Parts: sequence; structure tokens; C-alpha cells
Amino acid sequence: MKLEEIRKILGAVVIVGKEEMEKEVNCACSSDLMSDVLAFAKPGALLLTGLTNIQSVRTAEIADIKAIVYVRGKQPDEAAVKLAKEKKIPLLSTPLRMFEACGRLYMAGLRGVGEVEEKVAANK
Amino acid sequence: MEREFEVAGGDFVNAGYASAKVKEIVKSIGFSPEAVRRIAICSYEAEVNIVLYAKRGKMKLSVYEDYAVLHVKDEGPGIEDIELAMQEGYSTATPEMRELGFGAGMGLPNIKKNSDIFTIISEPGKGTELRIMIRNEK
Repeated sequence: MKLEEIRKILGAVVIVGKEEMEKEVNCACSSDLMSDVLAFAKPGALLLTGLTNIQSVRTAEIADIKAIVYVRGKQPDEAAVKLAKEKKIPLLSTPLRMFEACGRLYMAGLRGVGEVEEKVAANK
Repeated sequence: MEREFEVAGGDFVNAGYASAKVKEIVKSIGFSPEAVRRIAICSYEAEVNIVLYAKRGKMKLSVYEDYAVLHVKDEGPGIEDIELAMQEGYSTATPEMRELGFGAGMGLPNIKKNSDIFTIISEPGKGTELRIMIRNEK
């Protein structure tokens, strides 16, 4: 799913990476715990989180996460924005709460990292 | 090839800086994307542990033809019960650490899961030492 489509579905604003909205993500995960993200996320995934500090972006960089959506209208802090610009990781912010944001994306066809895994396993 | 990084305890803003460098290095050497990701995740979890729990620590990356080794040594409080610390969900993190997005008791299990060989040596009062080996599987 393209980031532009995600932006529209979530009524999100783009904080970093306006020119990168044509990029696609292949699945999504949501957590406020970065170790969970490191344990379960897949490369190319979208991360939805309420954690706005620099480690949200660092985690994305380390785990090859394509873009981050902050929920409940949260804004990433300055250090997070700076690092995201440097590493070209798009950041968006949606007024929706976590559950609603995930639900709308799921209804639109975006799947979780676990399901993508199952599909890969089924195709083998 | 070897590179050593110093990690300062408590420096949360820079936590992950060394691991980003580690990732860059193994990527530029030509490790597979999957191996790069596993090395980066192990390194980042280990680095965050130093920042959260220790006064300071060192991470040494050694890269060989088919594998990489991360040697992590900290001046921290050490771990009383390693078996317990290796269980998913077990954590001694403070609420402040959890607010930062860490301390869910997944760090050490994550490192073990992503490494091919993992050893941990720790004693209360003497710090913690990790050796992490990851193969470059094509």
C-alpha cells in the first residue's frame, strides 16, 4: 500500500518525507514497545506507535521499517524528526487512536506482519 | 576487520548510534540483507541495555568472511539470575525505562533469537559480557 493512500485513510499529516509518499509498505505492525517491534517487524513494514522519542526512528532504521505513523495526534520530538530526515524515514501523524488507525488500514487491505509471514509459508 | 565503540550509560538520545554504524559497516562489506538486519537488531538491543543499566560499555564488531562477531562488555550491575533474564517478558526495568519504549523483557531473548551463537557471562557487581556470532547466510 502506498504511503499516500495510508495518509488519506488516516487523515494524517506528513511531518517528514512529503516527497516520499509514493513509497509502498508491504505490511504493518503497531506497538509502543520497541523491543516488540524489533522482535516481530518485517523489513518494509509500516510502524504505528504512540512512542514519539528518537528511539522510534532508531528502531525503524535498525529493523528496516519503511515509515512511521504516530497515533492520537502525537508529534515526534525534535531529535526524532532530525534523525528521520537524515535517514529518509517518512513520519506521519494521525488524530486517530491506535485501534482505529489499525482498523481502518486493515479494512483497506493492509495486513499484519504475522499474516504476511503465513502467506509466505503457505506459498512454500 | 574490527571496530570498537564506546557506549555511555544514560545517554538515551544517542542510544543506537553505534548500532547504526555497525549496520552500515556490515552492509557495506556485502553481508546479506537478512544478516545485516539480524546483526543490527542484536547490536541495538545490547546497546540499549548498556544505556539503560550500565555506567558505560564497549561494543566490538569483528567481521570475517562468513560471519560477524559482536563482543559487548559493560560496567553495569550484572545479572543475578541469567536463566530468568533470558525469559521473554522478565524485566527489571523501571517505569521510566518503560516509558522510553524499552524494558519489556524482550532484549536478551531478541538477541538470542537473532544470533547463531550467543553467550552471556554476568555476575552481580561485575558487569555483563555478551558474545554474539551471526553467520552471513546468502
